[in-house]
Amino acid sequence: MVEDRTTLNRQLAQMLKGGVIMDVTTPEQARIAEAAGACAVMALERIPADIRAAGGVSRMSDPKMIKGIQEAVTIPVMAKCRIGHFAEAQILEAIEIDYIDESEVLSPADDIYHIDKRKFRVPFVCGAKDLGEALRRINEGATMIRTKGEPGTGDIIQAVRHMRLMQSEIRRLVSLNDDELYEAAKQLRVPFDLVQYVHENGKLPVVNFAAGGVATPADAALMMQLGAEGVFVGSGIFKSGNPEKRAQAIVKAVTNYDNPAVLAELSEDLGEAMVGINESEIELLMAERGK
Amino acid sequence: MKIAILALQGAFAEHEQMLRQLGVETILIREHWEDASGLIIPGGESTAMMRIMKDEGLFEPLRQAILDGLPVLGTCAGLIMLDRNHLDVMDIKARRNAYGRQLGSFNTEEEFKGIGKVPMTFIRAPYIEEAGPEVEILARVDGKAVAARQGNMLVTAFHPELTDDTRIHKLFLSIVASANTAR
Repeated sequence: MVEDRTTLNRQLAQMLKGGVIMDVTTPEQARIAEAAGACAVMALERIPADIRAAGGVSRMSDPKMIKGIQEAVTIPVMAKCRIGHFAEAQILEAIEIDYIDESEVLSPADDIYHIDKRKFRVPFVCGAKDLGEALRRINEGATMIRTKGEPGTGDIIQAVRHMRLMQSEIRRLVSLNDDELYEAAKQLRVPFDLVQYVHENGKLPVVNFAAGGVATPADAALMMQLGAEGVFVGSGIFKSGNPEKRAQAIVKAVTNYDNPAVLAELSEDLGEAMVGINESEIELLMAERGK
Repeated sequence: MKIAILALQGAFAEHEQMLRQLGVETILIREHWEDASGLIIPGGESTAMMRIMKDEGLFEPLRQAILDGLPVLGTCAGLIMLDRNHLDVMDIKARRNAYGRQLGSFNTEEEFKGIGKVPMTFIRAPYIEEAGPEVEILARVDGKAVAARQGNMLVTAFHPELTDDTRIHKLFLSIVASANTAR
């Protein structure tokens, strides 16, 4: 039987649905995340809020640090490489990472080309802020998509904007006549077969998570109701007053996203949320990296 | 016949789709599942599912229902959930991440007892490393047990819901049908 990595990699993402993927910087945090019910962790040296605060060039994490986290937990471990930095991706593949995030949170290594992800056996997740970006990343071999949102801000507005835009563009494609799809493919700058898939199925051919700015159980529920299939939480957990409790609450919020009574209960007494920065107060829009 | 699918985390929608294709009514459970005649525990992350199951107060009621004979199909993480170290309803011990990380995920085709060759998709899959005398092993890959049955409990380390092959779901539905006639 021919090995079909793309399908296997898309299927791993399917197993993560309805789950929360948490940014962690140490094995202890990874264990807290796993115990709280995270379906995967993202291993990185600095969470986005600190990357934002530190400034400078932000790169792939030390493989040793990532390995420490791989040893600490049994759930899938993801790690980030810079946009276009295929050598960093090769290194992450060499340490058998479960998913690579080609991420705008790090400083881009290439301002034109993304990684040719089809060349890899490990799966990739990529950020997108509209349908065109999502389908271009899928065409390059991404097997999971997440909204870009605005990482490290604790401000949900961009993730909402990206998810709403993607969903409305999907609905538009569904409503088109067959003969209008060619022009749609041209406008979106993506191959026809992907446009046709969305037209026929009313969804992306891969799992679509929300990311960037999720700080509270209510934020997670909001994104799920807007059509996310799961949630990434970066700075929101370990930048807050009581990470353990908040992590558990966000996991439960994703399971019970349509049950306000449960959401009310688990939003109580979470301690301080991450401070957060409003979109209008920041100088660097990470979401503008890599289109 | 109504089948409940444990919908806490993971690939529950895929099982739902498969059962719809077979013309079976489904309910996604977090709460009202008492009138279901069978249960599916899908793939996903077993640590996450276990945690949520306990938090939602589903652990004991589901465990009791299965012990009382509610037919159950567990796929991948679902197999792990039914083993001695989790719900402890089936006399098996699962080895988690038995094939390593995602690079170890694979497709194959193997003989499944009573069905024939079936396509099998293994995603960071477990296998059954120990099984008690009441457990019938239904399929092996490279000598490792990857599917088994004990009474009304059916488990696969692979994901029948991710293929077009409906035979394993049909086998489960036949277990459900005969269990309900017996009751």
